[in-house]
Formats: sequence, C-alpha cells, structure tokens
Amino acid sequence: MSGYFKDIYAGISTALVGMRITWNHLFVKNVTIQYPDEKHDIPERVRNRLYVNMDDCIGCDQCAKACPVNCITIETAKALPEEELGETSTGNRKRLWVTQFDIDIAKCCFCGLCVPPCPTECIFMTPVFEFSEYNREDLIYRFSTLTPEEAAEKTENAERAKAEAEAKKAAAAEAKKKAAAEKAAAEKAAPSEQAGGAPAADAPAAAAKDTAPKQDDAPKQDDAPKQDDAPKQDDAPKQDDAPKQDDAPAADAASTTDNNG
Amino acid sequence: MESLLQSLLGDNLLTVVLYCALPLVFILLYALLAILGEVKISAWMQDRLGPMRTGPWGIIQPIADVFKLLQKEDITPAKADKVLFNLAPFLSFMSAYAAFAVIPFSSQYVGADLNLGLFYLLAISSLNVAAIIMAGWASHNKYSLYGSMRAVAQIVSYEVPAAMVLVIIVMFVGSLNLQDIITAQSGPIWNWMVFGGPKQDVVLASGEVLSASWANLIFLPFFMASFVMYYIAGLAETNRTPFDIPEAESELVSGYHTEYSGMKFAMFFMSEYANMFLVSAVVAVLFFGGWNSPFGVYLGDAFGAPWLVAVEQFGWLAIKGLFFVFVMIWVRWTLPRLRVDQLMYMSWKVLIPFSFGIALVVGFLVVIL
Repeated sequence: MSGYFKDIYAGISTALVGMRITWNHLFVKNVTIQYPDEKHDIPERVRNRLYVNMDDCIGCDQCAKACPVNCITIETAKALPEEELGETSTGNRKRLWVTQFDIDIAKCCFCGLCVPPCPTECIFMTPVFEFSEYNREDLIYRFSTLTPEEAAEKTENAERAKAEAEAKKAAAAEAKKKAAAEKAAAEKAAPSEQAGGAPAADAPAAAAKDTAPKQDDAPKQDDAPKQDDAPKQDDAPKQDDAPKQDDAPAADAASTTDNNG
Repeated sequence: MESLLQSLLGDNLLTVVLYCALPLVFILLYALLAILGEVKISAWMQDRLGPMRTGPWGIIQPIADVFKLLQKEDITPAKADKVLFNLAPFLSFMSAYAAFAVIPFSSQYVGADLNLGLFYLLAISSLNVAAIIMAGWASHNKYSLYGSMRAVAQIVSYEVPAAMVLVIIVMFVGSLNLQDIITAQSGPIWNWMVFGGPKQDVVLASGEVLSASWANLIFLPFFMASFVMYYIAGLAETNRTPFDIPEAESELVSGYHTEYSGMKFAMFFMSEYANMFLVSAVVAVLFFGGWNSPFGVYLGDAFGAPWLVAVEQFGWLAIKGLFFVFVMIWVRWTLPRLRVDQLMYMSWKVLIPFSFGIALVVGFLVVIL
C-alpha cells in the first residue's frame, strides 16, 4: 500500500521536475542559426571550392598530377617565340598557353593536395561552400581564359611549330649524316682535302644546336628553382619546409576569396 | 445577446444561425492561435525558433497550413467503408462543436442555457468516441483500427473519473447548470472552487440560495485534487500527450486518422484543438470561476457600460481557457508517452478510487455543513 502512494508521489513529483525544466527552457536563448540569412563563422584555412587564378598559371600540370581523384584536366600549347605571355606575380615567365584547365568539382575530394605543388600559388581552396547545381555538367569549372577558337588556334600554332622544328631537326640530322658521309668519303678519297670539307659539315651542326633548347619543355627550364620546392616534401630531411608551403596558399586563399565573393 | 442580435438583424432565422455560429468563429480563430502556439512553444522549449519564414516571426504559419490542407487531395482508400469514412471527421468535429453550446462565454452569452448543462456536456463529448471508432474501422487499416481501439479504451476509462469529479462539483453547487456553477463562484478570487468555493451566500439564477461561509475552506484540498484529476482525465480524453497512445506516431503511424488527408484530416485536427479548449474551458468554469473576474469587479461596472462587462467576462474565460491550453502544450512537450498498461493503471487504480473517495468525503461535508 505504501508502494502505491509512493508511486503516485513519484509520478507527480517527477512530472513536475520535467515541467520545470521545459519552463526554464522557454526563456533560454535559442540556438538556431537562420541559415541563408545568417551563417556559421567558417574556420580559416577551410578547404572548399577550388579556384584558379589564371593570371598566374603557367600550365605546369603539377596540380593535376597531385590530384588523387584526377579531377583536374590541363591542356597546354607552347607559345610561339614571338608571342609574349607576360610574367606571373611571382616573377615566372609564362611560356605556355593554357588551352584547357577544367576542375570537376563534383569529383573533388577537397584534400587540398593540389595546392602545395603549385609553383606560382595560383590554385587554392576558397571558403565558398554553396555551389550546388541542378546539372552535374555545371560542376565542371572551366578556368581557361581562352575561347575555344583561340585555344584551337594556339594548339594548331604549337603543333605547326613543333612539326617545323622536327622537320628542321630531321633536316639537320640528315645534313649531319650527309656531311659525315661526305667527310668519310673525302677522308677515304684524299685526306689532304680535309680543309675544304669541314665548313660544309659545320653549318648543319650549328643549325641543330639552335633548335635544341626550343625542343625542351619551356616551363621545366624556367621553373627549375621552383620545381625543386615541390619534391622537398618527399625528401625526409627537408620536410620541415613542407608545412610552410602549406600555409602560404591557404592564407592567400583566405585573402583572395573576399574578392571572388 | 440573442435579443441584441435580433434587434440588430430583425430576422429570426438569421439571428439563430448567427447566434449558433459565434462559437464556430471563436473555435476557428482559437485553432489558428493554438496551432501557432503549439509550434512556437514547442520550439522555444527546445531552444529553437519555430517557423520564421511565413510573415514576421512566422505568425502567418497556421494560415499557410490551412491553405495547404485545403489544397491537398482528398483521398478515400479503395477498401474503406466510404460512408463511415467520410462521416467520421464531421461527426468528430460536430461532437466538439456541439459541446460548445453549453459553455458560458459570458453572463450574456451561452449557446444553450441548459439546466442539464454538465450532463449534456458529458453525453455529447462522448460522441467523439463513436467518431473515432468509425474512422478507425472504416479506414480498413490495421494502424487505424489499433489506434481507434486504444482511443476508445482510453476515453471510456477516463470518462469515469471525469464524471465523478463533475459529480463532486454538482453535489456542492446543487445544480447541473454551468451558469449556476459560475454564479456560485462570483466575487473575488478566493470564491473559486479550486480555493474551496464561495465564502458567502450566493443567490442562483433559479432563486435558490447557496448558503456558504468561510468554513468552505475545508473543501480546498478536495477541490484542488479534483481539479488535478479532472485535468488529467481531460488530457486523456483529448488524446493529448502523455496520453496520445491512440495516435502514437512511433507505433501506429498516426492512429485513427492515418488514412485521412486534406480537409477531412483538418476536421480531426480542428476537433482535437476544439476539444482541448473545451476541456480547458470546463476546468475554468468548474474550478476557476468561469467568466468571473479574479478581482470580483469589472471595468464595465465602473464606467456604467453593461456591454463592456460582457466583453470582459468573455475575455476572462478566454484567458483562463487559453492558459490551460498552454499548460496542455507545456505538458505535451515535457512528458513522454505512457504505456497502455500505465495508462489503464492510472485511470482505474489511481484516479477512479481517489475521485470516489473525494466524492464520498465531499458528500458528507456538504450534508454536514
């Protein structure tokens, strides 16, 4: 019987305890953030939407190589010698037309691994996180500043230049071969006549020497000091440098996104 | 009030229709307020904001809800018993609305000033059970049927203590007329039933004199307990949490109105909210002086404007009723749902013995004093 009354007492008193808690919560400040109107403060150095500052991009393809999910596609075309592409803000000379720089943000895993290798710090992650699209195609961001026609033209130019260079090289090789053959023939015929055959053999060799630097990839030569920085991360003794590289683009991202909205 | 309307309109039929429609207007307006109150109070209790996008602070939300419900497709399940299925929501609302006929909104307005007011109230509000079992059975859905079975078991159980509490008040006042019960509590706040009833003699409308004195203070604990018991029983009869076993959404989808949509669902909804106010108004009438001002005086008397007195009286009843509706919402967002056996235990083993005991003691005291 006492259990019965105890139960009733417990029932009423515990109900009142709960009622008091909810009553007090009536006057507690709400915790709702009315999202589209007000937003959470985003921590600095967040990794969200990628952005590429094409003014600084030299088309070195380092970011695309670093990407673990292959969401960056870069196509470049070598600029003709008479074309002047200007310099990046870090002082590197641009030698490639970036005909295609696509980031499929739908594939992006927001790891940020593309940011540190960039020699000019032109690719970075912004705090923008609202970029939903109705169409998945719209999530492929095309950063190339060239129109498709321009891109096609530049590619064609580069190919033509390459073909010309190759033809020249082939011709030079041919001439060299010819010269060597002539030389051999001359030697065979009359060793005393060597002085007459020499200039003929030198000319093609000089031509081949001229084309040689152009055949190398332009950025590799130019970026040689900068490119050394990227592998530093892999090097065990120099690893303390790596975080420093991380910091720079992130801080850059925070400052630049204000402009990008 | 009726004569006022008649003098204004001059038409007998129109007068009657308008006179009957006044509580409906009140119910509709109150329901909008109660829906908003429900969402807002629950939100504040959970440190949220509640609806904020419809109008300033979301105050137009209930109107938006009503329009949404109006636009919804009115579905009748293929296997349902069409007649009963379509009739149930209207019967449910009708029972709630019909009960408003005897609620005295002020000394000048009561739909039907019945001498058997309380008896009528008990009888007509039990009709809701019929509507619920109709809905549950006609839906041809196991959840609906379970829900309606639970609802009926619950309402039938809780009607016993509720009726017993009414008997206690009726024994004390000696009248089933709600206006008489309110008149008995006229004067300042200490004359309310919950504080032991009138402390001086009261002349009822019938001319009978209800003799009373400060000795009535002895009733205070009994009436206080009766009030709590009636309120609990009322909560159970309106199927509100913690007694929402018939609609237990975690077990039964939505109970007896699972299959309802659109306007018919809205009717059940309206009937639930109307019943909430009905229970609250009855609590106010029986224990908190009905339309009596807690100060015992009215501004209208001071200004010599009888119409203002009537308006004030309506205001006091509305305030008291809405307060108890607020308590219902407060309870709903505080307490978890009872188990079926706990529910039955509470009714049959706690409320009923206590109400019988109190009825016995009060009966003796009424005879002695």
